Amino acid sequence: MMNISRQRPPDPPNPEPAVRAGHLTVVRGTRTVLRDLDFAVPRGRITGLLGPSGCGKSTLIRAVVGTQAKVTGTLEVLGRPAGDASLRSRIGYVTQAPSVYDDLTVRQNLDYFAAILDPGRPAADRRDHAVTRAIADVDLTSHAGALAGTLSGGQRSRVSLAVALLGHPELLVLDEPTVGLDPVLRRDLWALFHTIAADRGATLLVSSHVMDEAERCQSLLLMREGRILADDTPDALRARTSTDTVEDAFLHLVDEAAGNTAGKETVR
Amino acid sequence: MTTATTYPTGTAFSYSRTTATALRVLRQLRNDPRTIALMIVVPCLMLFLLRYVFDGSPRTFDSIGASLLGIFPLITMFLVTSIATLRERTSGTLERLLAMPLGKADLIAGYALAFGTLAIIQSTLATGLAAWFLGLDVMGSAWLLLLVALLDALLGTALGLFVSAFAASEFQAVQFMPAVIFPQLLLCGLFTPRSSMHPALEAISDVLPMSYAVDAMNEVLRHTDVTPTFVRDVLIVAGCALLVLGLGAATLRRRTA
Repeated sequence: MMNISRQRPPDPPNPEPAVRAGHLTVVRGTRTVLRDLDFAVPRGRITGLLGPSGCGKSTLIRAVVGTQAKVTGTLEVLGRPAGDASLRSRIGYVTQAPSVYDDLTVRQNLDYFAAILDPGRPAADRRDHAVTRAIADVDLTSHAGALAGTLSGGQRSRVSLAVALLGHPELLVLDEPTVGLDPVLRRDLWALFHTIAADRGATLLVSSHVMDEAERCQSLLLMREGRILADDTPDALRARTSTDTVEDAFLHLVDEAAGNTAGKETVR
Repeated sequence: MTTATTYPTGTAFSYSRTTATALRVLRQLRNDPRTIALMIVVPCLMLFLLRYVFDGSPRTFDSIGASLLGIFPLITMFLVTSIATLRERTSGTLERLLAMPLGKADLIAGYALAFGTLAIIQSTLATGLAAWFLGLDVMGSAWLLLLVALLDALLGTALGLFVSAFAASEFQAVQFMPAVIFPQLLLCGLFTPRSSMHPALEAISDVLPMSYAVDAMNEVLRHTDVTPTFVRDVLIVAGCALLVLGLGAATLRRRTA
């Protein structure tokens, strides 16, 4: 289990994307939150899911993880339909609000989730090792004995992240993991994400509403109002829109889309 | 496919995951000693109070005391479970767990196991106090009292789990206590024998599980051996607990809006 995480030879590029969506639509109540999306998330890389608050990022993420109801269209995750039981141990998921037990210590939280992923007495040593490492990965070793409820918001979200790192998921889905963190920590976490993608060969899908985080991703999905504006690498996106930052590129695409619909309406 | 370790997918019941869940719930409680103290001390205090309220009529104490030994675990476990499950739902940990290879049965059995353990401690102390220090005159075996108390605790856990699905906040969850428990308390025969109630109320009390919990306690109180009525009561309480646990399991959805 541990030996695969260290510097394994680079796999031949896997042509099959980690996530592939076709005509993906999600309805919540009476509102269509995601409308007819088509996109792919490449394997072994960090894909940023960027867009303003309320554009449907969390809904998309919940659909990928398989906790969202009323999903239509096709959505394949690691070669299986999203929500398939066999995917549950292959995906690490961090919800937007830290989902940990406030009345357990950091270590007790991880011990429990580790026991769900890798149950049984014979696995106890392996679990212990995995937990210690996950706590070290998110830089909380000195807080391992503290109750999660007494930690700061940023620390609690790192506990939540550590849970997702347990068990070496092939796909890590992180909903706004860096919100409210100080810049140093944010940099460290992004370094960790890159390490996970490069060394463990995992795929990461990271959402954020902060556009400058886009520059740290290897590929991007830009979202607005339930639609995908662009599905490209940051470089290609900037080049295509002849802008300097992803934020400018986003604005450019929004204006372009508005121009298109306005144009169509005048034609009509 | 590319992982070195393949984990069981966890749709079936898993003993390890169930005990891990029970242990986690107990650890949460251990980090909250005040709740444990309240759960254990309050029933004892109530029995103590009751004993001296009925200082002049020890027979009344016998009958009400025995009934309360069955009612306390039900109420306590109902409250604790409904709040605990609600917190699990609102904090996102339930969503996380259901996205992991954890069976719903593991989660529910884990809760039942943890609160069942606590109920045993609570009931042992309350029964011991009542029987040996407060002079509660029970003809049957104290083990049977404990059995009924445990089943009542399971019923309370089951009801709490079920009801938490309909509560959006802790305020609502607490209000379900009077809504679900009080009518049963009034109709279970604690205050007046069920046979002397208005026929309509008696009919209602016939289908409420707490009636049988209290009935079973009274059977142990009055008979030295296991009576057929006792067996019937115990089976009904256990059956209700299982039924409601099943309903509770149905409210745990992996996919939510």
